[in-house]
Amino acid sequence: MDLLARFLIRLFSTAITLFGVAVIVFTVVRVVPGNPIAMMLPPGATPADIVRLKALYGLDKSIPQQFVIWFWGVLHGDFGTSISLRQPVLGLVLGRLPATLELATMALVMAILIGGASALTAVRFRGTQIETGIDVANGAALSIPDFLWGLLLIIFFGVLIPLFSISGRISPDLQLNFETQFYLIESIVRLRFDVTANLLAHMFMPALALALPLAAIIGQLLKQSLKETMELDYVTLARTKGYSETRVILREALRNAILPTLTLTGVQFTFLIGGTVIVERLFSYEGLGNMAIDAVVNRDLPLIQGIVICFAVIFTAVNLVVDLTYAALNPRLRHA
Amino acid sequence: MTALLEIENLSVALKNGPRLLRSVSLRLDRGEVRGLVGESGAGKSMIGKAVLGILPRSAEVVEGRILLEGTDILTLPPAERRRRIGRIAALIPQDPLTALNPSHRIGPQITDRLVDILGWKREKAEARALELLAEVNISAPARVMRNYPHELSGGMRQRILIASAFAAEPALIIADEPTTALDVTVQKQILKIIAGMQARHGTALLFVTHDLGVVSKVCQSLSVLYAGKVLEDTQVADFFRAPGHAYSAALLAATPKYTDPEGSLMPVGPEVLAAVQAEVDAADREWRHV
Amino acid sequence: MLDGRGSINRRVGARLWLSGGWLLIVCLASAFAPMIAPQDPLAQDLMSGQLPPFWVHGTEPGFWLGTDSLGRDVLSRIIWGGRIALQVALIAGTLTALVGSTLGLVAGFYRGWADRIISRLVDIWMAFPPVLFSILLVAVLGTGLRSIIIAIVVIDWTRFARVIRAEAMNQGAMDYVAAAQVAGFSRQRTMLTEILPNVLPTIVALLSLEMGIAIIVEAILSFVNLSISTDAPTWGGMIAEGRTTIYQAWWVLVFPLIALFLTVLSFSQFGEGLKDRFDPVLR
Repeated sequence: MDLLARFLIRLFSTAITLFGVAVIVFTVVRVVPGNPIAMMLPPGATPADIVRLKALYGLDKSIPQQFVIWFWGVLHGDFGTSISLRQPVLGLVLGRLPATLELATMALVMAILIGGASALTAVRFRGTQIETGIDVANGAALSIPDFLWGLLLIIFFGVLIPLFSISGRISPDLQLNFETQFYLIESIVRLRFDVTANLLAHMFMPALALALPLAAIIGQLLKQSLKETMELDYVTLARTKGYSETRVILREALRNAILPTLTLTGVQFTFLIGGTVIVERLFSYEGLGNMAIDAVVNRDLPLIQGIVICFAVIFTAVNLVVDLTYAALNPRLRHA
Repeated sequence: MTALLEIENLSVALKNGPRLLRSVSLRLDRGEVRGLVGESGAGKSMIGKAVLGILPRSAEVVEGRILLEGTDILTLPPAERRRRIGRIAALIPQDPLTALNPSHRIGPQITDRLVDILGWKREKAEARALELLAEVNISAPARVMRNYPHELSGGMRQRILIASAFAAEPALIIADEPTTALDVTVQKQILKIIAGMQARHGTALLFVTHDLGVVSKVCQSLSVLYAGKVLEDTQVADFFRAPGHAYSAALLAATPKYTDPEGSLMPVGPEVLAAVQAEVDAADREWRHV
Repeated sequence: MLDGRGSINRRVGARLWLSGGWLLIVCLASAFAPMIAPQDPLAQDLMSGQLPPFWVHGTEPGFWLGTDSLGRDVLSRIIWGGRIALQVALIAGTLTALVGSTLGLVAGFYRGWADRIISRLVDIWMAFPPVLFSILLVAVLGTGLRSIIIAIVVIDWTRFARVIRAEAMNQGAMDYVAAAQVAGFSRQRTMLTEILPNVLPTIVALLSLEMGIAIIVEAILSFVNLSISTDAPTWGGMIAEGRTTIYQAWWVLVFPLIALFLTVLSFSQFGEGLKDRFDPVLR
């Protein structure tokens, strides 16, 4: 199957999944018992005011009708208006998304670095105490979720050895007049490295908390497939050619061992992004997840829908990218 | 003159386990072609692996010396041993289907060692690779260089591996049953190519095989192995005239003859096996005493 | 060979004993909470707020691990909180395993349209951020133990369904399944007698892992103030409170965190240990 056909089929399947997500989230939030209208009424509002407000947000119609109206809007880029913040949902989501993307990407980079380094070290020193130690560390990192890692990091780096900031995205006194919401990238582009350092210091702990479980998975899986690859004939042949063990691992084995890890990393990366919701809350990091919890607490239906759809789009996009990268990296698939 | 390869009293054993090679000694001069013959499990491949430093992790050298151009490679630090082996020796592996890296193109798999280990210029290495591919009868060498292994047949890949083994003009090539994994029709071609290349380049060849017919065609000398012990070390011509060991004679009788393909084949008799096993056991007892 | 197996057994043994031991302690403490807890977990005493643990100067006897801002005994709250955590772990874990494994078995063994529907549902579920989904569900269902359990089952069934489906598919391709079919057993009977026993070790390992996850989900929900009720002693609730007073009274955060940490770690290690022990191939 060629790459384009593969892409189109996956795209179609993704569209169905997203539609399913939309239906479910829409239905679930409609049965919320708390009345969103009641929360936004000024004291002393009349029943007529309630009816008017309900009509304003379209809440007076039946659920299928509401869905059709909302879905039609979504197809045109209109995700409705937030009830609690009284702004267009799309703008709110896009305003917070960059913070979450920067955090998740940073976490992914950390996970790949830590996991990759641990796997390569374990394979380079396989059969020694070093390998056993890495195995034990991976096992522990794997069974502790990001929420717990976050709390442990707060105690270690926030209280015992206060190296990093435990809340927020940037120190309030450092607010650069940002043009975009990609603070990290923008600070680098504008050569304000003091701001970059401040951003990184705020990002370090939440990103590490998100990264550790994924690092453990990458470490374990990559080590396993590297070890299997190291026993293959072409690796043995490469050894006879005079290459060093490190070069044999990096150049002969790594590329072939990385494919199975890549697929799993993709799926696990979506879990990592899902984890930003609670980790952002834990570190008061102003991202999409933090806003999502507020939206739930405030019964802000349009905003909840918008955020869930946004996450779903990211998840499915990640899976799509992984699938295509896998196909592109595997020469057998590419040419067959 | 010092031999190209001299193995003295080499014993390889599984870690905390039995010996796989039992005090093997053999000598290979420059340009010599020696067959290593034995049944499967006789340890013939293990000798090649020991020389090339690619013993499986479960096995280790427990005694003996491997002199490559006069230096005992077992005493060298690992990195230097590897470099030295890489400069002097090369391997033609058994299974061409698994011996090429699936994610690299053919070209770099031949030229990388020339560039990275021997310090050649890439253009020179590529020219050399084209030349060698032509020498092993590959008709479109430039195209093949750009192919991935899975796009080529087993016979093609084995020819590439042969070309690659000769690329750096090593003094010694170890061919580990290079035709076993191939179709019978391809086997003969490959054998011819190896013999031709050896003759042109004057490389010493350690030819691991279970096929005495192959030995009679390609080799000058041979060593017969049983259970990791060298039973006989002789010239090919002498061997086929009069094998020096009862087991060798039985092995020879069990090999189909090209001159008489219909002739009855004798399995190796039980009394011969018992005798040779007794020899092996005696060697083990003696070894444990020292 | 013997050597290698011996060391594996020893390692598995230590892991099982340590994690099992801690879980036993938690179970016993929960079962006998009314007798063990030194104080009433709900009793407030603003006069003795933020008392430090027993080894720090300025403590009061009877409050071993100190008190929180409202003067409630931390140790007693941890013990009572264990009760809630265990209830969630056992009930939610078991129900999730039941629902997820059944769907996974049906999808993996029967294939066809059942598989297509279940797999599509799994795809959709995988596109939800799970934590947000659980928070949303509890917000919809209203706080309380029942809501939390339903939310966990609704969110996490896919974990079982995915793995068991794949295993059932592998098992279904085995010769002994074909043999059972040839022998004339019904599909349903084949699934229960040939497939289920072979995927059971996986289910048990996943179940143990799921119990740890259920505890974490409960803690997260308490952390965002959506658990049982605002003053119920839950580990997550204590952690949320401790997070705000971390610089004045670290013990309010640290002790429930240790309890949570050890319990979650023990559940996952217990599951891994069981799997290694009962995996017929490894054994």
